[in-house]
Amino acid sequence: MGLDIRIPIGLMFSILGMILVLFGAFGNSAIYQRSLGINVNLDWGSVLLVFGALMLAYGIRGGRRAAAAAKEAGAGNQAGKQSRPNGH
Amino acid sequence: MNLTLIDWLIMFVYFVFVLGIGFALKRYMKSSTDFFLAGRSLPAWVCGLAFISANLGAQEVIGMAASGAKYGIATSHFYWIGAIPAMVFVGVFMMPFYYGSRARSVPEYLSLRFDEKTRGLNAISFATMTVFSSGISMYAMAKLIQVLHILDKPLAAMGLSQGWTFHISIILSGIIVLIYIFLGGLTSAIYNEVLQFFLIVAGFLPLVMLGLKNVGGWSGLKHDLPSNFTHSWQGMSNAHTNPLGVEWFGLVMGLGFVLSFGYWCTDFLVVQRAMAADSMSSARRTPLIAALPKMVFPLIVILPGMIAIAVPKLVTAANVTGTGTQISTTAPQGKGLIPVKIDPDTGKPMFNTDGKPVLDYDLAIPNMLLHYCPTGLLGLGLTALLASFMSGMAGNVTAFNTVWTYDIYQSYIHKNASDEHYLWMGRMATIFGIILSMGAAYAATRFNNIMDFLQLVFAFVNAPLFATFLLGMFWKRTTGHAAFTGLLSGTAAAALHHGLTLPEGAVAGIKGGWLGLVHVYPSDMAQNFWTAIWAWTTCFVVTILVSMVTKPREEKELVGLVYSLTEKPSEGHLPWYKRPAVLGVFVLGVALLLNIIFW
Repeated sequence: MGLDIRIPIGLMFSILGMILVLFGAFGNSAIYQRSLGINVNLDWGSVLLVFGALMLAYGIRGGRRAAAAAKEAGAGNQAGKQSRPNGH
Repeated sequence: MNLTLIDWLIMFVYFVFVLGIGFALKRYMKSSTDFFLAGRSLPAWVCGLAFISANLGAQEVIGMAASGAKYGIATSHFYWIGAIPAMVFVGVFMMPFYYGSRARSVPEYLSLRFDEKTRGLNAISFATMTVFSSGISMYAMAKLIQVLHILDKPLAAMGLSQGWTFHISIILSGIIVLIYIFLGGLTSAIYNEVLQFFLIVAGFLPLVMLGLKNVGGWSGLKHDLPSNFTHSWQGMSNAHTNPLGVEWFGLVMGLGFVLSFGYWCTDFLVVQRAMAADSMSSARRTPLIAALPKMVFPLIVILPGMIAIAVPKLVTAANVTGTGTQISTTAPQGKGLIPVKIDPDTGKPMFNTDGKPVLDYDLAIPNMLLHYCPTGLLGLGLTALLASFMSGMAGNVTAFNTVWTYDIYQSYIHKNASDEHYLWMGRMATIFGIILSMGAAYAATRFNNIMDFLQLVFAFVNAPLFATFLLGMFWKRTTGHAAFTGLLSGTAAAALHHGLTLPEGAVAGIKGGWLGLVHVYPSDMAQNFWTAIWAWTTCFVVTILVSMVTKPREEKELVGLVYSLTEKPSEGHLPWYKRPAVLGVFVLGVALLLNIIFW
């Protein structure tokens, strides 16, 4: 299927993580009484943010690889130089 | 419950993605195979997570936490005995026939292997069952939204009374599931199941960590709970000495063999996820990959229930006053965070025949969320809960539209139409499947007994199924007439057994004993497991006997459908960690280890 599920997963968890981190960092800290005094929004939000970013990175890398492979198959040697994605 | 803007924002983000996936997939739905089988193009890990997620409906999440609170760690038998071995079996031994035969559904496999009547029986009973299951899922979600008063504020803002909560929950959930399946078919359902898998972990894991920290870790939990709550096999030699009320043989045979193999190996709802895989080896790995998270899920779904029971002694005064939104957790007769069940008609606490209060174990998860989660994390947890309701529904709807279109409509109503026509029919089936589910949800509000009755009938129909598949796949002599009569007599045996037995303390009726009383079981569970064992054995024996006296099909027609006549799929080209047999052995080893650790 044309859509790589890692990209929406990555995006969603990055956004949710960001919301929780920001709320944890700037929100009222009195609400953490029930979570045993731990700022769980900040902590867990960062975990989700990292997870989301990783998923996104893998999804983008996978997409580039697939595109490069398709290009290579289509245009022969022409695409060879682009087959290795940057980063990661 | 007081949800703030942040909680709503989190929920909103999730729903944007759910629908967004549907819209993004719309342009890829070109043929009926794209719509019903995701074009057989998905990688193993996606199918694997969807495989597990389709089963992880909210009834499972809420029910397993409830069992955790009621029975303790013995609930893990539903995972380590009642799921893992069957998941390994379907991946290693059965998937070659499901995937290899190119059947598009489980009933279609039956028609290839046996005949039309066996397929028809399976297709019609399965399609009916999916509609009711999805309706019951909707009903449960709407009830939970009502109990938690999630929609009170928005409804008040719109000038509507609380009475609208139920209707709005049903309609909204129906429309959302409709949109994303209508647009993106099975792919959309599978992608959303993967999303939901991660969301459930994200929503419930912090809950478990906070809870464990609160009760002093596993050792603290062991200290607070009776010892048979933290040892899964203690007292299993006798039904009267363990919390489940069933002895080891009934547990292993009834749950571990008949019910578990019957569900994981023959239920199209889960098998469909593996059929969407991009290759035979991916299809075989699907249930094995699913087994990995399944094994550790007791941590996320059972442990919260156990913590909910253990919590009060360690809660400080500050915690209790800080939780004004809780649902009567401090009611005198309740236990931990589990309140006494309130009769919905009278509004008074319920008591059993011994005069003891009945506890509402289903509130274990919701109350844990309210107890530990501050704004923000609360939104995430509730979103996870709603997501699991929806994906339970969506799984049923996709299984329904496929079986309806391929196994009922194409087979008996309109043969030889164009592929476009069947794609269109699939979309229509999605619409009327959801409308029927909504109808079932409303029926559940009016006639609760009818729902219980239907679930019982489905249990009778399902119990013998695995005997038919086992013989069909591994004994080439099995005939269509035998499969059909075997299934019918297995179902009859289940009904007969149920009609002649009762669990302890129950009265004749929906619980059994409606034909007379021959035997009394120590618990509901023991009765269920033994009903399944009787049904399976009857089907197995009758199928063999009838096969002996009917004419088998020619061997050349059964190539690809029966074990002894099918070439074994080659694994040589795969790296060792991708080989189904290696993965299967690894999964079984870990499951054994978990049983030993929590012995």
